Amino acid sequence: MSAHEKAGGRIFTLPFMILSVIAAIGVYFIIQRFVYGMGAVANINGGFPWGIWVVYDVVIGTGLACGGYALAFTVYVFNKGQYHPLVRPALLASLLGYALGGFGAFFDMGRWWQFYNIFLPWNWNFNSVMLEVGLCVALYIIVLIIEFSPAFLEKIGATGLLKALNKVLFLFIALGVVLPTMHQSSLGSLLIAMGYKVDPLWQTMQFQPLFAVVSALIMGFSIVIFEASLSHVRFGGKSETPLLGVLGKIAVGLMAVFVLVRLGVLAGQGKLGLMFAGDFSSAMFILEMALFIFPAFVLLSATKRHNGGALLIAAVSMLFAGSLYRFNAFLFTYNPGPGYSYFPSVPEIMVTLGIIAIEIMVYLIIVKTMPVLHRSEHA
Amino acid sequence: MKRRDFLKGSLQSGAAVLTGGALAPVTAEARPNLQPKEDAIGMLFDSTLCVGCKACVAKCKQVNDMPPVTESEIRAWDEARDLSGDTLNVIKTYKNGDGSTKDAENNGFAFEKRSCMHCVDPGCVSVCPVTALTQHEKTGIVSYNPDACIGCRNCMAGCPYNVPQFQYDKPFGQIMKCQMCNQKGVERIDNGLLTGCSEVCPTGATLFGTRKALLAEAKRRMELKPGDTYTYPRGDVSNPGSYHDKRVPTYKQHIWGETEAGGTNVMHISAISFDKLGLPPLGERSACSVAEGVQHSLYSYLALPAVLMAGLSYVVKRNTDEEGEGS
Ligand code: SF4
Ligand code: SF4
Ligand code: SF4
Repeated sequence: MSAHEKAGGRIFTLPFMILSVIAAIGVYFIIQRFVYGMGAVANINGGFPWGIWVVYDVVIGTGLACGGYALAFTVYVFNKGQYHPLVRPALLASLLGYALGGFGAFFDMGRWWQFYNIFLPWNWNFNSVMLEVGLCVALYIIVLIIEFSPAFLEKIGATGLLKALNKVLFLFIALGVVLPTMHQSSLGSLLIAMGYKVDPLWQTMQFQPLFAVVSALIMGFSIVIFEASLSHVRFGGKSETPLLGVLGKIAVGLMAVFVLVRLGVLAGQGKLGLMFAGDFSSAMFILEMALFIFPAFVLLSATKRHNGGALLIAAVSMLFAGSLYRFNAFLFTYNPGPGYSYFPSVPEIMVTLGIIAIEIMVYLIIVKTMPVLHRSEHA
Repeated sequence: MKRRDFLKGSLQSGAAVLTGGALAPVTAEARPNLQPKEDAIGMLFDSTLCVGCKACVAKCKQVNDMPPVTESEIRAWDEARDLSGDTLNVIKTYKNGDGSTKDAENNGFAFEKRSCMHCVDPGCVSVCPVTALTQHEKTGIVSYNPDACIGCRNCMAGCPYNVPQFQYDKPFGQIMKCQMCNQKGVERIDNGLLTGCSEVCPTGATLFGTRKALLAEAKRRMELKPGDTYTYPRGDVSNPGSYHDKRVPTYKQHIWGETEAGGTNVMHISAISFDKLGLPPLGERSACSVAEGVQHSLYSYLALPAVLMAGLSYVVKRNTDEEGEGS
């Protein structure tokens, strides 16, 4: 018998209705994009080919969807079985985040009707980081579907299939660690070829993949802590706070690595002084560092680590830190040279908000109808 | 006890693989810049000769069958200010102070051509996932194949000069960039012609030729004494259509494209420093060569991912088996 249960409850609540309105507006503009071209909806231009659709929906969206990655690491690799209750909700959030990231990449593709060209081996350019990202993300979405499928198989009672799947599941769990390690680091490598356009405080060249993968893990752990504390409030059930505390401890280690190595690399490249330049880039850099360092200090204290509220605040700060790192590198301080600037248009923002709304709606529906959340002891 | 040791071991080996993966790109030698091709063809733009007539812009539109860009009611000339899905070649104006003196940095003006530089080590080719951008083996011309392109626009980000332009205004747009008049259906170079812009340039400001011959010509001009008279060729540097005599300006001792990010086949010379003319801050190293070095050190033969996969499968299998019926 499964240790998971569906949360139940009404689906069409008021928040759900509000989300569906936002989703509808987003879908409306996505249709506009296909009918009239990207320029009719988005403010991207010759110097800024990637706007919030790429940078938020794909680069940051998949980072925030690294909960499954972070937990797979903890639970299966380091054999911390007691985190099991968190795995399914995290996998679901990862699956949705990646699926919508993939969808975002699709409607942002200028020549979307030929998207399959990237899957044809004779087209492959092995020098291209983008090739690795594209193929690896596509593969990982399939792996996530397989990893999450036990919830669905339990629901329909396909015990035979479930047993067979369980025998080979370890392979997919391993892939679920290998693939994100690969493409999350590659997301950082994308920045290398952009050279001088990436602000010196973020252009660390060979170190890009390292910072990208560590930021992915930080975002992954923080989203798990965030979601678990939230859905505890929302759906009740057993509090996972002690477990979350340990995850927080791992996150502290990761943040220490991120901040120290980052400062070390900048010092090594002779660019440390730029953080005191007093310009926009230096302000963003200091804000970003503060967002990394603040939660590290909160989580260092054992009492705060086991306090739901403090955990939540720390998690939110970490989410912002990781997202801001990627936003800064790809967009906020990105400078293709004189004559170009970018600020997203309202329709462009509505598309991104619509995607987020859809993600939350699907999450709520699945959690309420399928065995995803951990069975509470006194239900 | 045993289990503890095992755990410790797996933790250590996991950490080792990850650290290895993190350090591989840092310690690996990136590949060197690509080298200029023996018979590469290109162009030399001499800003001091350009009078801003934009004959080259009009000819480019004609060759490539593109509409003029107009801002005002006077539809007499092309008013494109920058490269776009409708413009592959553009003349930009430098102006300082009262803009009275040609080729003076202060209180002066000058013209600068902007079009694909046909890089020796092209970032656009390196980053394209589907090989839609390619560099010709002999000529070094960088061309585009819309049938392969998925429109990811990484080429735009990976080009140091912001050259590739996507047609954002079309529902079924494509990337547009100068292909040195040698794309399918045009093939001017293959047919022994010059590029359209160098053919029509009245002053020889845009000169056609092999990279070698153009570089030699540029170096010759660097050596000239300001104020002397020099006989400037028009058209093809190795076989000029005509010549004209002109006073030699005070050239900056810098041939843009000789070495920048591996060099370019379209080179520029000028009397005004290139950062003022809007050329980017590039070192000698091409950024894409570093990116490729990182990528290949992590993914050559998929060796590192394979080791990681093997190790993790083993550890995960063992750990899930131990959990066994317990969960
Ligand atoms: S045709 Fe020659 S002189 Fe006229 S704008 Fe073009 S480069 Fe300058
Ligand atoms: S200038 Fe840009 S588009 Fe032209 S070859 Fe170089 S990288 Fe490619
Ligand atoms: S937009 Fe097209 S040509 Fe440019 S990198 Fe992407 S697939 Fe290649």
